[in-house]
Amino acid sequence: MPPTPQEKTHPSGDNRFKLLDRVVTKHQARGDALIEVLHAAQGIFGFLDNDLLIYVARGLKLPLSRVYGVATFYHFFTLKPKGDHTFVLCTGTACYVKGAAAIQKAVEHRCGVKFGETTPDKRVSLVSARCVGSCGRAPVAVLDNEVAGKLTPESAVGKIGEWLDIPGEAAA
Amino acid sequence: MTVEELKELAEKELERQHQYKHRITYCSAAGCASCGGNAVRDTLAKTIKARNLEKDVEIAGTGCMGLCGEGPLVRIAEDGALYQRVDAGIAERIIDEHILQGKPVAENLVDTTNPFFSSQMKIVLENCGTMDSERIDDYIASGGYEALAKAVTEMQPAEVAEEVRRSGIRGRGGAGYPTGLKWGIVRKAQGEQKYVVCNADEGDPGAFMDRSVLEGDPHRVLEGMAIGGYAVGASVGFLYVRAEYPLAIERLRLAIKQAERLGLLGNRIFESDFNFRIDIRIGAGAFVCGEETALIRSIEGKRGRPRPRPPYPAEKGLWGAPTLINNVETFANIAPIIRRGSAWFAAIGTPKSTGTKVFALAGKIRNTGLIEVPMGIPLRKIIFDIGGGTPEGTTFKAAQTGGPSGGCIPAEALDLPVDYDSLATVGSIMGSGGLIVMDSTSNMVDVAKYFMEFCVDESCGKCVPCRVGTVHIHGLLEKISLGNGTTDDLALLEELCQMVKDTSLCGLGQSAPNPVLSTLRFFRNEYTELVRAPEGFVPAGTPNEQPLTR
Repeated sequence: MPPTPQEKTHPSGDNRFKLLDRVVTKHQARGDALIEVLHAAQGIFGFLDNDLLIYVARGLKLPLSRVYGVATFYHFFTLKPKGDHTFVLCTGTACYVKGAAAIQKAVEHRCGVKFGETTPDKRVSLVSARCVGSCGRAPVAVLDNEVAGKLTPESAVGKIGEWLDIPGEAAA
Repeated sequence: MTVEELKELAEKELERQHQYKHRITYCSAAGCASCGGNAVRDTLAKTIKARNLEKDVEIAGTGCMGLCGEGPLVRIAEDGALYQRVDAGIAERIIDEHILQGKPVAENLVDTTNPFFSSQMKIVLENCGTMDSERIDDYIASGGYEALAKAVTEMQPAEVAEEVRRSGIRGRGGAGYPTGLKWGIVRKAQGEQKYVVCNADEGDPGAFMDRSVLEGDPHRVLEGMAIGGYAVGASVGFLYVRAEYPLAIERLRLAIKQAERLGLLGNRIFESDFNFRIDIRIGAGAFVCGEETALIRSIEGKRGRPRPRPPYPAEKGLWGAPTLINNVETFANIAPIIRRGSAWFAAIGTPKSTGTKVFALAGKIRNTGLIEVPMGIPLRKIIFDIGGGTPEGTTFKAAQTGGPSGGCIPAEALDLPVDYDSLATVGSIMGSGGLIVMDSTSNMVDVAKYFMEFCVDESCGKCVPCRVGTVHIHGLLEKISLGNGTTDDLALLEELCQMVKDTSLCGLGQSAPNPVLSTLRFFRNEYTELVRAPEGFVPAGTPNEQPLTR
């Protein structure tokens, strides 16, 4: 008897796994759809923890080493949870030439963590991107999916202040 | 769908457009969308509704209009007036004053006679700014899919490949391999199943040409891929797009669906026995995946690591089958070549670099944005006429092309014609089209270090010269830039660069030292100012005390 969708679902009963199952089925559980499935998994769960990677490996009938290898090779996949807000600083050439390094320093100083990390209170994640393709408006950062252009260290720190509800800084 | 039906569709769409007295287009590409473009669209729509103009005025979101630094941009189709820095208030005034009273809103009007516009020549971007990016009918009305119809119904596959060869077009991804030659090889390669792959993994920091084409005119790329499929005998195409371009992915998905619905992709295209379908594959943020063998591995769902060539993908590519891989801009040129003929295309540009090239102008330059110029145009013209030169108070120092694989071109070489071979003579490459201008405030050692840091991060780790070499080059640059380097370090740096260049497996490693080598070649003084003689070294005829330069 072929397995029913219920049997495939994760033992935790988390419904989000059903969404993921649908993506796996759409790709006919083919191993070459691994990257697509990981994109979907990260979209659904926010990040890829070990349990999720094992689930994907089983779903696509791939060795876990292959799934882990792919998940860690590509920058886009994250194996750690993100904070409530993400500050993605573009470090592309145009932004670099226009002073992204100063913004990086100011923001790191403000948050007390480096890019690639999340603040201990899980409120802000700092991420650096290679180029978001909005070079015309350099220096650029993507703040919770919204592109903000022509930033200065002050305005960048101000945005983070807004997230942290510190009115004095928001005005800066 | 037959050729007649395609023509009918085009006429019907033109008729629909002519019903309107006015057509307002706004830039819906990512650049303008990121600075309030969507709000402008909403205000335009709202104002048109409020003034009861829905029957007279059409609004359409188009591809990149070029002047990205001054967005959001809005254009009035009938008189070609272009507005910059439009906000809600200006949008309302455009309707009330320009459309209703025929009086342009002077303060936001762009002077379209200035060289930024007049020096350009648009082939790839011909529809950007006029055509609705999300409507296939509009593309068909602008002559879209005519080339595919011509190829499939009037030409043999070999003729199509020959036509592309005769046009002289070279790969727009950067290396400049003759496209027609590649098509010929894949066509002749043995194999039941062949594939067409479009490389839209635009990883160069500072480059956004492919993004603009995909967002602004997605059908043009699909049509080019389908013509490629017909010419080489492939029935499946993959479009490999970066995950960082969500809008492009969305538009491509929509475009594929529209083309499939009209039978322009799928089975029995134009009632021939040619079948072609296109799937999207989304990248996941690895620069090395722009290298063709790494890209193939990534489409197969593996770690994107390159492999030695030969065999080239043209013979053994995706799942071992012959695979045609071209860049977005290359495919975007195919439809015009087939539609207007190879002779027309070959007459543009220089004899060895034909056609046009799209550049993304950014950095310390007044007019940042997207431009398309004929090949062979002097660099000076691009930077000073089109780009408007560097911002006030600074002077031009270098132009960087080719991203982390390219080099810096100094002011002495500004009269160089921009084509594949001339750029190679100064140690740079055409690259995919990122052109970043640096002025007197940029420190070239830091620039080299910046690119090397990028390569350290992006090296896939498969071969030793690239994995280890880039780290050590970066270390030496760091040491030198902090003023701790010696002349010995400088010599070691040069030796190491040459070694990494000569012995790396793929294009990433082989070209990674280019930014260092080119800055060493043209801005050596910036390095020598920072280094001192090694310890214990006493130049002849000087006192024992060796002054430190820094």
